[in-house]
Amino acid sequence: MQRLPLILSTCLLLVSCEQETQVEKASREGILLVGNSADPKSFDPQVVSGVIESNLNRALFEGLVNSHPSEDLTAAPGVAYELTPDETYTVWTAKLRKDAKWSDGAPVTAEDFAFAYERILTPDLGAKYAEMLYFLKGAEDFNKGKSKDFTSVGIKLIDPHQFTITLRGPTPYFREVLKHPTWNPVPKHKVLEFGKIGQKANPWSKPHRLVSNGPYRIKSYRRNDHIEVERNPHYWNAGNVKLNGVRFLPISNTYTESRMFRDGQLHVTYAAAPDVVDYMKKHDPASLRQEPYLGTDFYRFNTTRKPFDDVRIRRALSMAIDRDALCKNVYRGFKPAYAITPPTDDYTPPRGAFFDPDQARKLLAEAGFPGGKGFPRAKLLISNREAIQHVAVQAMWRKELGVEVEIEFKEWTAYLLATQTLDYDIVASGWIGDFIDPLTFLEMWSPGNGNNNTGWENQDFAAKLSQSFQSTHPTVRYDFLKAAEAIMLSEAPIAPIAWRGKNYLLHPSVKGWHPLFLDAHPYTSVELVPQPPKRK
Amino acid sequence: MLKLIASRFLQGLLTLFVLVTLTFFLVRMMPGSPYTEEKAIPAHILERMKAYTGLDKPLPVQYARYMENLVLRQDFGDLIRKEGVKVSEVISDSFPVSLALGLASMGIAVLVGIPAGVIAAVRKNTPVDFSCLAFAMAGICLPSFVIGPLLAVSAGLYFQSLNVAGWSSPTDWILPAFTLGMINAAYLARLSRGGMLDVLNQDYIRTAKAKGVPASRIIMRHALRGGLIPAIAFIGPAFAGMISGSFVIETIFQIPGMGQHFVNAATDREFFLIQGLVLFYGFLIVAANLLADLAQIALNPRMR
Repeated sequence: MQRLPLILSTCLLLVSCEQETQVEKASREGILLVGNSADPKSFDPQVVSGVIESNLNRALFEGLVNSHPSEDLTAAPGVAYELTPDETYTVWTAKLRKDAKWSDGAPVTAEDFAFAYERILTPDLGAKYAEMLYFLKGAEDFNKGKSKDFTSVGIKLIDPHQFTITLRGPTPYFREVLKHPTWNPVPKHKVLEFGKIGQKANPWSKPHRLVSNGPYRIKSYRRNDHIEVERNPHYWNAGNVKLNGVRFLPISNTYTESRMFRDGQLHVTYAAAPDVVDYMKKHDPASLRQEPYLGTDFYRFNTTRKPFDDVRIRRALSMAIDRDALCKNVYRGFKPAYAITPPTDDYTPPRGAFFDPDQARKLLAEAGFPGGKGFPRAKLLISNREAIQHVAVQAMWRKELGVEVEIEFKEWTAYLLATQTLDYDIVASGWIGDFIDPLTFLEMWSPGNGNNNTGWENQDFAAKLSQSFQSTHPTVRYDFLKAAEAIMLSEAPIAPIAWRGKNYLLHPSVKGWHPLFLDAHPYTSVELVPQPPKRK
Repeated sequence: MLKLIASRFLQGLLTLFVLVTLTFFLVRMMPGSPYTEEKAIPAHILERMKAYTGLDKPLPVQYARYMENLVLRQDFGDLIRKEGVKVSEVISDSFPVSLALGLASMGIAVLVGIPAGVIAAVRKNTPVDFSCLAFAMAGICLPSFVIGPLLAVSAGLYFQSLNVAGWSSPTDWILPAFTLGMINAAYLARLSRGGMLDVLNQDYIRTAKAKGVPASRIIMRHALRGGLIPAIAFIGPAFAGMISGSFVIETIFQIPGMGQHFVNAATDREFFLIQGLVLFYGFLIVAANLLADLAQIALNPRMR
């Protein structure tokens, strides 16, 4: 009993003694520690395509082109050393580098790409993201089972290292589309070794046997704990890969993630919660990153329900939202959205949504609800527990229009179901682009699209969109898209709220991690420069 | 004795059967499905996906198929959103982690809670008693999502060798086990204090005191055995709960345990995973109760 104080003080000394943090150790070893929110749904790049899986796919697989480390609308070379379109941007010829290899040493050939495209489009595989390949001529018919013959799809092999891709129409932005992981190859020899082309749950992609062609291959995996990738010695550009490995940690709680960052357990976090952003601004601004992100927050109106079937009501509600105030006081790093498509260097969306309370009151009165009198008590459906921005909008509608809207919370799946079955009045929504082009934000409003969920349809909008598909000239194409977006915004089936920003924490030892609109950082250009230790 | 064990065993089987059946139908009554996703799955793809998992079949057929796989092949089924991953893999990966953490937490709860309760009872209405009671009330009133982050920020960020979260270093179990353990220690302290106070007022304790038996001997030899009965009754179900994981502790401390699956499987509508977890947890409870019954019989001659 007399020894207890001695034992306790020894224990305390042991746990408090100075030793290097995990980040310091990993920086020394060249391993990047990344927060990645959750465990991937699968390691097979063709059956999943969430952000979490994409982050992993970028380390493991490589397509015809790569994301550029610092420029959004530039493609870095991938397996193809040359990718050239014809003058109509419809037929693209890909020449593959001969030193591109799978992690088992087998060469990456044109046949692997053709096989991958056939596999993802094979109806039996039931790939959720097969639609991304509908750019290919004949792909939609093949995927929907209308055609059984893959030769009807626009892929033609010329030799083992060259093939042509024929698209459904002019696609000048095709390089951007190709950055999406659904266009990555899969090792034909491995997929067929463990199953058939359209076989679901083919065990080829089990982590211990996954063969990949990117800069890294899987080193270790423990469910819900970590995924670690190590250098792929067969990667064609292995000499220029700076990191020795990447360790992905599936941390779902952003507060836990921030604590781990502050404790020296992470180089990069997946996100930073608003109050963490405020804290870091004060205490460690050098580690806080706030960058634009290809996503939009908006409200959908159910145009099949009264009174939201009246465009004047929808416009009035949209005009009563002070987006500047929301972004200044509530959101962190978001920008006020005057359209659905976030602006890029090439595309400036039309100004279709703005704060004009006088005009809003006028429109509401014209629609039969002067001063909000007689306006039915509507519900604003949300799923996120962070309701503060919605409470702010609720107050704006009350103040500017005299309209009372109740906020209704549903858990995620019930919320999605209500949105998709149009069982709502107004619903808070968001959309993240798959690639940098306005089409990824506009196509969903076309008639019959499964992601529309507003009940709104407009033939003029569809016609403008369709004209854009035929256009070979980028500027003319953008003009059609802009016209389509202007039509959509004037009809206001949605009220854009904010263009998203990405808030996260980045350790100063990480170099070569530049702001990117899609947040798709190629790990090959990232470097770790150990910093002098910071003690607790 | 054997007859009693056989009877409890059969009752346990019946309980598990009712549990599986109820869960099977209840989870399918929730709004949405495992295929409800932010980006709607195209109809022709959805058709294939449902055909693959058998969720396109009428409910009675699905139920019959599930029971057949469960009883004849001991197959809990596959995850729906994660193709090719078996429910049994998820449980077998995560349960050992929860078991280790649960055992450590239980150790802390018993080592802190019971002595605190006993000391409080012996030093009734003194500052020592009030401190123990205050500690117990704090442990009961403060939820783990408050204690956890507080501990992580205070201890984890202060001591170099303690990580605020994670499950890779040998010291990583300290903070979560302490959080989970302290909450249960608080209950144990209150229960053992109450139990001890009852016993200390009994005639046989007074007799012992009158005979001049030393106080420490009275407590250790005579009072403790009876005084701890309420605490021991609490330990059984609490232990089953602790070894099956805690969503809050696992997300605060980033632990790959089983507790998070109970919540995530429900929000993701992972039907087979929910059924598997409920069945597994039900099995633990049934087994724990059976063992508790046997222990009581062994300890209490009147029950034999």
